[in-house]
Amino acid sequence: MLAVKGLRANVGGKEILRGLDFSVGPGEVHAIMGPNGSGKSTFAHVLSGREGYEVTAGSATFEGQDLLTLEPEERAQLGLFLAFQYPVELPGVNNTYFLKAALNSILKARGEPELDAVSFLRLIKEKLKILHLDDSLLKRAVNAGFSGGEKKRNEIFQMALLEPKLAILDETDSGLDIDALRVVADGVNALRSPERSMIVVTHYQRLLDYIQPDVVHVLSKGRIIRSGGKELALELEEKGYGWIDAEGQAA
Amino acid sequence: MTSAQAVDDIVGSEYEHGFTTDIASETFPPGLDEGVVRAISARKGEPEFMTEWRLKAYRHWLTMREPAWAAVYYPKIDFQSISYFSAPKRPEDMPKSLDEIDPILLDTYNKLGIPLEEQKALAGIAVDAVFDSVSVATTFRKSLAEAGVIFCSISEAVHDYPELIQQHLGSVVPHTDNYYAGLNAAVYSDGTFVYVPKGVRCPMELSTYFRINARNTGQFERTLIVAEAGSYVSYLEGCTAPQRDENQLHAAVVELIAMEDAEIKYSTVQNWYPGDAQGKGGIYNFVTKRGDCRGARSKISWTQVETGSAITWKYPSCLLRGDGSVGEFYSVAVTKGRQQADTGTKMIHIGKNTSSTIVSKGISAGEGTQTYRGLVRIGPRAEGARNHTQCDSLLIGDRCSANTFPYIEVKHPSANMEHEATTSKISDDQLFYCRSRGLTEEDAVSMIVNGFCKEVFNELPMEFAVEAQKLLSISLEGAVG
Repeated sequence: MLAVKGLRANVGGKEILRGLDFSVGPGEVHAIMGPNGSGKSTFAHVLSGREGYEVTAGSATFEGQDLLTLEPEERAQLGLFLAFQYPVELPGVNNTYFLKAALNSILKARGEPELDAVSFLRLIKEKLKILHLDDSLLKRAVNAGFSGGEKKRNEIFQMALLEPKLAILDETDSGLDIDALRVVADGVNALRSPERSMIVVTHYQRLLDYIQPDVVHVLSKGRIIRSGGKELALELEEKGYGWIDAEGQAA
Repeated sequence: MTSAQAVDDIVGSEYEHGFTTDIASETFPPGLDEGVVRAISARKGEPEFMTEWRLKAYRHWLTMREPAWAAVYYPKIDFQSISYFSAPKRPEDMPKSLDEIDPILLDTYNKLGIPLEEQKALAGIAVDAVFDSVSVATTFRKSLAEAGVIFCSISEAVHDYPELIQQHLGSVVPHTDNYYAGLNAAVYSDGTFVYVPKGVRCPMELSTYFRINARNTGQFERTLIVAEAGSYVSYLEGCTAPQRDENQLHAAVVELIAMEDAEIKYSTVQNWYPGDAQGKGGIYNFVTKRGDCRGARSKISWTQVETGSAITWKYPSCLLRGDGSVGEFYSVAVTKGRQQADTGTKMIHIGKNTSSTIVSKGISAGEGTQTYRGLVRIGPRAEGARNHTQCDSLLIGDRCSANTFPYIEVKHPSANMEHEATTSKISDDQLFYCRSRGLTEEDAVSMIVNGFCKEVFNELPMEFAVEAQKLLSISLEGAVG
């Protein structure tokens, strides 16, 4: 589904990703862990097409398409979704209206019929039920004045609605207390399916207690230095990132 | 005396002073003097009181100076190089087909979904086919007449309702008010007159769109709306389609009068030609708009969406004279390219327990500059007056600018004043967030801007609001990146 080879990228002239190799198959959930500054968020942003990240070498293909030449909206239309670490506020833009516009824009790009207001509301109700969310978020402006937990829940709700093929969750656990974390994790688990792959980017092992990954990768200095099962996350938790770094340098 | 004779007399009498304007011609040669003012009045066959009214204004105008305080910059206007009267164009003088029209303008018409025949009319092309609005207008007039509402051109009103005109014209914006209002009073071309009798709720939204003879009202438009006690009227000015005009200077005057318990809602969508990419050829829109809440508990509400013109200079205001009267101003102004706007409002609290609300949303893109200038004055007798002002600016890109000049004068200790102001930018974060959800950059900008303007759009009549949103999106196309 996603294949990344030898990816190198600069931010502000500084090389952050230094030859990253990574691949995800259909329905798989991969966790990317790593210390601060290892390039986790950069990787998430490069995949979703954010400006300001200069790719200098390597490739990223998504279902056979070269991802790196596409605009962010084209990537979304292909089925890529980024859940933001810091969801952005859009004052005055109604959440329901925003979601309908986004979904219809994606449907339109795929040549599928757009949803009218009635069928859209029906769909929204259905998704709220799956995620056990109430509809108070819908009437408000996108993320405006939302608490940290509400913002993250809203991200998961958007993901449920847009039904991506590949979702990238960028430090979705940051800033959440344990209850909010559980709500978000439950939402993510409800959306797991054989057709949907996920990349869970996180600093702590904590989130992985709730979202069980198929593969855990450790990112350090812009490269993946270890990959393994979920026991790798536990080992990391125990020994700290220093252990990996030391090993990485030795290697 | 026939009007032809009257015309001859005037021409004859003025000739000895060197007046040579041929009043039979379609367009007067450039220049302005008393003779020209008389000739305009004669050409329109006006009664003497109107001619005198114009002349008084003209003589006063000569003593006035062009204002220089607004934050707009343009080459000095030579008032002697303007022609002050021009008869409606004959079909043979108009462009023959859409091929002769600026393709950018046509592109915008298409995006707005304007039917071809109407596109021609807007672009000033002679139209043979009579389109639907004529029949609409006929039915429209009939039901207005049944309600007793007068809705006609101001020229017709001067002939048909001279007593109303004499009583009200210039009573809110006197010719002494400002330079452009003085000029307008002397040479006004035409405009709209609305009179709503006591206790009548006007059965429909009045729009110049339905007044067929509203075309070619010229550059010095004059509007007068009188709402008698307990009446209500909603008036829509302008249309969302960009209007082209040969005249660069537009100096309109709008006067609203609301008697006891009357309410006037005045909505404007202004989309004059803003000029080409270098700002050349755009309209200068120097307008004086003022509403007089004369009676107790009367209400005047201005809502405006300004996207056009090269230069806008405009402060729709309310004189809150009646006790308990209410003034409102809701505005969205967009400047892009090289557009400049200095706009805002004045709320003058005179009566007791008067209240006013100001919501101003300014959007600047490209190299547009924009200034909000607002005055709230609480007079010494205005006990219990309240004002709430909210004034927000949104910047798109890094070459535009926004200024805010709020003036607050309070002469009564019981006044309750609130003022909020914000300046924000559409951030790269916001755009990326929207795009990562599958929206194009243009849709994202339009969505964010419409969210910013929501409070104002909520005040517009439903259909107008939908059009205004669309217009805003089109205006800002390509504004980012």
